[in-house]
Amino acid sequence: MAVDYSTLKKGGFMRQKQKNNFSLRLRVVGGNLSAKQLAKIAEVADKFGDGHVHLTSRQSVEIPFIKLDDIDAVKAALAEGDVEPGVCGPRVRTITACQGEAICPSGCIDTYALAKELDDRYFARELPHKFKFGITGCQNNCLKSEENDVGIKGGIKVAWREKDCISCGVCVKACRSEAITLKDGKISVDNDKCNFCGRCCKSCPTDAWDETHGYIVSFGGLFGNSINKGETVIPFIEDHDKLLEVCDAAIQFFDENANPGERFKFTIDRVGREKFEKKIMEVYNG
Amino acid sequence: MADFNIDDTVDITDVVCPTTFVKAKVALEELDEGQILSIRMNDGEPVQNVPRSIKEEGHKILKLTDNEDGTYTLIVEKVGD
Repeated sequence: MAVDYSTLKKGGFMRQKQKNNFSLRLRVVGGNLSAKQLAKIAEVADKFGDGHVHLTSRQSVEIPFIKLDDIDAVKAALAEGDVEPGVCGPRVRTITACQGEAICPSGCIDTYALAKELDDRYFARELPHKFKFGITGCQNNCLKSEENDVGIKGGIKVAWREKDCISCGVCVKACRSEAITLKDGKISVDNDKCNFCGRCCKSCPTDAWDETHGYIVSFGGLFGNSINKGETVIPFIEDHDKLLEVCDAAIQFFDENANPGERFKFTIDRVGREKFEKKIMEVYNG
Repeated sequence: MADFNIDDTVDITDVVCPTTFVKAKVALEELDEGQILSIRMNDGEPVQNVPRSIKEEGHKILKLTDNEDGTYTLIVEKVGD
């Protein structure tokens, strides 16, 4: 039987060193799996694999030692537990996320909800090369957003509300950017220094800050054969729908301009960063 | 600090994270609702993080004072039992 490896790979079946054995990558969104999914994955690994699974570097799960002849049975079994194969190859990959504000006290955005939304919008979309999204909830950057083709980091834009302030000075010390000063009972924020970490408002005893939660988006990150830190075009995007439009524009730019097998960073470099930034700004200001 | 009627004091300058917060939390547990605790802590990581952790526990922070000797004093009113 002729084996079409590219079709197999699209469905997340990664060829192993061991002939006719595949490591099956699963579809995971934002690093979350339900207990039901986990139980089914364990069952399939036991029955069709060799009884172990591998956690990938990008929050997916792979079941190694799946036999070529069992592929249909494995897919059917996984479906009973709401588990689907993932993808590899030239397309949008697993959307990764930290736990974000739903769970983590430091989180500034709902990372899982956003991961789900991006997964619905883009997952497995065919492109000239692999394309990775990563979402992290705050400046602590547990999810390393800038190593992704598109990285999204949560932040909070703050404005001091004098009437509720008790001039305790906690925010001055909580800020790691030395952006806040307290003089004669009045707070001032140096917006050039503020990195939107939100530590001031999260530590404020009287919540004397108006908060605008938003997104810091970086483009062109890589962390494989070549390493590059993704860079922002817009310092802070407040509007959720605008964020999606910017993501649409970035992926569209890649789709239209990239050579086969070329990562986003190299497309931006080759076509010209100014041209890319112009495209993003057009959409942002549009 | 004359503004506040301090019921108890705790010095957390002799421990590091996460024991800083634990020591402060234990001291707060000894108090009754409405009583005031004065916490002496080091500059740097403790003063960046301990006030926020105490806020997240639901207590009321009243004042942070720079002792100008590399330490800060945080005045906290206990909320809850």
